[in-house]
Amino acid sequence: MNELSLYILDITMNSVRAGSSEIRITLTEDDEHVTFSVSDNGCGMTKEQLEKLENPFFTTRKTRKVGLGIPFLKMLAEMTGGNVSISSVHESESCDHGTTTKAVFGKNHIDFIPLGDIVETLKTLIQGSPEINFTFTHTFPNGEVSLDCSQLREILGDISLAEPEILNWIGENLREQYDEIR
Amino acid sequence: MKSLEELMAIKAQMQDKIAVRTSTGNTRIVVGMATCGIAAGARPVLNAFVEGISAENLGDNVTVTQTGCIGICQYEPVVEVYEKDKEKVTYVKMTADRAKEIIEKHIKGGKPVTEYTIGAYKK
Repeated sequence: MNELSLYILDITMNSVRAGSSEIRITLTEDDEHVTFSVSDNGCGMTKEQLEKLENPFFTTRKTRKVGLGIPFLKMLAEMTGGNVSISSVHESESCDHGTTTKAVFGKNHIDFIPLGDIVETLKTLIQGSPEINFTFTHTFPNGEVSLDCSQLREILGDISLAEPEILNWIGENLREQYDEIR
Repeated sequence: MKSLEELMAIKAQMQDKIAVRTSTGNTRIVVGMATCGIAAGARPVLNAFVEGISAENLGDNVTVTQTGCIGICQYEPVVEVYEKDKEKVTYVKMTADRAKEIIEKHIKGGKPVTEYTIGAYKK
């Protein structure tokens, strides 16, 4: 994968499949690092699952025998001098369950890849799961870009966030926020 | 600025449009969006279908949805087309340009684009 935003899409899909109703994505940038985190209130993972997570030959899927999402992310982060940390509470342990994945990248490292089209990633996520409350914040030294699906849903009522007109508005709104900061 | 007022205006237009919708769609386009699909380029393919279906005003009859890995990772991006009373068509190694072509020839024209199907690749 050649864009950080594709890694974010891939990691967030794990949260979607975990049955989450709330998913928070944050991105922060300073002079040296890019950090993203994805937090959800999904089913979480057991300690056994968490231990095996970095093993590419472990997956809970039935369709194939490898799980490369986390290993890919870890490889990219470590290649740039960064790291990945994952914490999770399984639903059998507490009613306050869910998973947080955090990845730090060295922004100036030669192996760092561009962020790419994060707006497309967000539109893809909302298109696939319009019922999930995604929140997104991208923090820069001079401001931030943000999206809150629950706020939009309050305005839209019964209309799905996956309607093309709405997705377009979301995309254009985000791009305008980015233009203001840059 | 794409303001919330503008969003409310879109909502008002949409309510009329949704009110006249008669069915939830007879055709389903399903795009694989697991790690294998994403790594192979599924995001722009999905986007091309969503935008193409909307631009052609096919939204009343066609829905575009996402799915996980269906186990043929080497052929990703994979897109399946389900039409009422017809056999499922599986497209492999998809691109945004192929998506446009499939909307034109298959979704609108009714003829699957055989050269992009899994049957053509396996030979």
